[in-house]
Amino acid sequence: MLKLEGIVKRYGQHLALDGVSMEVKAGRVFGLLGPNGAGKTTLIRIITRITGPDAGQVYLDGRLMTNEDVAHMGYLPEERGLYKKMKVGEQALYLAQLKGMPKAEAQKRLKNWFERWEIDGWWNKKVEELSKGMAQKVQFISTVLHAPKFLILDEPFSGFDPINAELIRNEILRLRDEGTTVMLSTHNMGSVEELCDDIGLIDKAHLVLNGSVEEIRQRYATNTFRVELTGNAVALGNALSFTGELLDAQQKNGRTVARIRLTKGMNLNKVLTQLLPAVEIHAVQEEVPRMHEIFIRAVSEQEPALVPADMTE
Amino acid sequence: MNKIALIIKREFLSRVRKPSFLIMTLLGPLLIAGGIMLIVYLGMQGSSDQHVLVVDPNGVIASKLNNADKISFFVDDAAWDDSTFKASPYTVMVRFTEEITDPTALIYYKKLPNLGAQRTIENELEKAVELLKLRRAGIDEESYRRVRKNLISNWLDIEKTDQESLEQERAGIGFFFGYFMFIFIFLYGMQVMRGVMEEKQNRVVEVLISSVRPFQLMMGKIIGIAMVGFTQFVLWIVATTLLIGIGSAVLLKDRYDPSTLANTPMTAQVQKQLGEQATAVPDVNDVKLLKAMAMLDIPVILGLFLFFFIGGYLLYSSLLAAIGSAVDSEADTQQFMMPVTLPMILALAVAQMAVYNPESPAVLWCSFIPFTSPIVMMVRVTMGNAMLWEVLLSMGLLITAFMGTTWLAGRIYRTGILMYGKKASWKELGKWLFYKG
Repeated sequence: MLKLEGIVKRYGQHLALDGVSMEVKAGRVFGLLGPNGAGKTTLIRIITRITGPDAGQVYLDGRLMTNEDVAHMGYLPEERGLYKKMKVGEQALYLAQLKGMPKAEAQKRLKNWFERWEIDGWWNKKVEELSKGMAQKVQFISTVLHAPKFLILDEPFSGFDPINAELIRNEILRLRDEGTTVMLSTHNMGSVEELCDDIGLIDKAHLVLNGSVEEIRQRYATNTFRVELTGNAVALGNALSFTGELLDAQQKNGRTVARIRLTKGMNLNKVLTQLLPAVEIHAVQEEVPRMHEIFIRAVSEQEPALVPADMTE
Repeated sequence: MNKIALIIKREFLSRVRKPSFLIMTLLGPLLIAGGIMLIVYLGMQGSSDQHVLVVDPNGVIASKLNNADKISFFVDDAAWDDSTFKASPYTVMVRFTEEITDPTALIYYKKLPNLGAQRTIENELEKAVELLKLRRAGIDEESYRRVRKNLISNWLDIEKTDQESLEQERAGIGFFFGYFMFIFIFLYGMQVMRGVMEEKQNRVVEVLISSVRPFQLMMGKIIGIAMVGFTQFVLWIVATTLLIGIGSAVLLKDRYDPSTLANTPMTAQVQKQLGEQATAVPDVNDVKLLKAMAMLDIPVILGLFLFFFIGGYLLYSSLLAAIGSAVDSEADTQQFMMPVTLPMILALAVAQMAVYNPESPAVLWCSFIPFTSPIVMMVRVTMGNAMLWEVLLSMGLLITAFMGTTWLAGRIYRTGILMYGKKASWKELGKWLFYKG
């Protein structure tokens, strides 16, 4: 769907993006992650053609992107706002018309959305009379009203209560299922895990991590397993002597929950073979790192090129 | 293009629909017309009755002093001291200094009469003293009146001897155009700046420029606000004219309606004065102004006015838009405002100079420099002393300049509106010019 090649952008002396190449696959939710000031917003502004790159190309569906393509994009910026004195309906209509929608069509679709979200009563209210969350809802509708093929959402959940955040979450998933490609930039790692199919992590102007969520979590897996067992602690220690390391053990409902990290080159089968004679095993589960940990580890890495697939620490 | 139209429409409608626009539209003419009517009304309202005591022991007053409306004279050849005057019912006391040939009048008052009354009193005294001097010099009064007539002088351009030049009057008309431009550019240019700042502070701007080009947004705003200004001014002119028409009809009806005049008992003096006024030729200056207007080629002047006006507005409002985009709050605008407002004030000063000294080099140069040319060239054109090539050069320079400033402003604008928290300096603005779009 969208392909970036060697994007470079500098502001004076400051290098905002340094050779970023990545791909956003059609019909999926792509999470654009990164610490503050990493260059995410700059990258988004280049994709939305608000600003141009100093070097590199943006391709859409295999051809160079043009200004006309912006009409098929929806962009919800992190810094967003509406004209305070304008009426909600008029404002949404104005934004839709700027996107190139005919007025009648925009009106029809807006009515539809307002009914679906049960906010018909807001049409003639001024924006300044709305609460922050209400204004955000209007903003979201304005972003997706023209049914964009490519949707960019920058921190879409900020300012929403959990109920409305859920509403937005479901809309994003519904849009994805209808074929919209979504780029989601957020610091909320929980929603990354819930929503994103792929991620790209930008740090200090470089893309440091890119791939599907599943693949990356596997890549960051530390070969650690959570084993629920009953039996002698000493026997457990002995049994693990060559195959793994006991990280910690907790008592829970009369059972021991032991976190075991396998020694390099070992697999779960071998460890279990050792353990079976010594203790009684009730359950085994692999510990997959949360996006939160992956984020912190990837960013704290000094050299992005050195991020290994089989990191042990 | 379609998008610019949408932006213009929004900028226009959102301002015209504001209650403040309606209030200003109604209040503006009321204030202007009210102000004018108030001046007229106050001018007509004579002050309280003046009883003027003329102390004249030396016989300076040779003829009878004519009583005017609400002013009555009493001549006494006895000396009065101050305290007696204070205790008397007289409101004004006149004493003459001792010089026999050229006496000075010392006029004491309890409460200062209004200007009109002061003039009337002075005139009456002067006439009386003049008569005294004539008699002393042995000049016949009749022949003196014949001789003492103002010299009428006309300045004629040797190239166009068939008509008076009337340069001053024409310059006055040009200056009026210039002043109008100044007010409009200042008023609505500032609105452009505020509008840009509002969009930036609202954070609505990033949503907008993901749909339209920043340049379109800027131009849409500039044009939309100009249309608000035109609408407002047209409404003001229409409403003010109407109000003054109605107001003067109501206020002046009683005064100058001949039927009421005939019924009012009046002194012969007042009737005579009124008669004189009715038959008298209008003030010389009024005639000259009308003549000057008639001399101007109205369509050409209006066309040029429109051109210089729009050019000047585009030039300044684009710069103001750039300033609005570069700052985070109104307080930060100060350092950038000075260089923009200064040329405008300079233009007005030079235009004023052009009225009295049209050939000065400052006037010449300022009529070419685009930042001052709209106002100054307008004055030169109405005065009729600008050559065709000068006007064309000035127009060409203005076009080049406003294309330059809108381009420049566009580059600052598209970077500025997305910059938050960064304190803009001149150096910073310079850097923004070279960021790749």
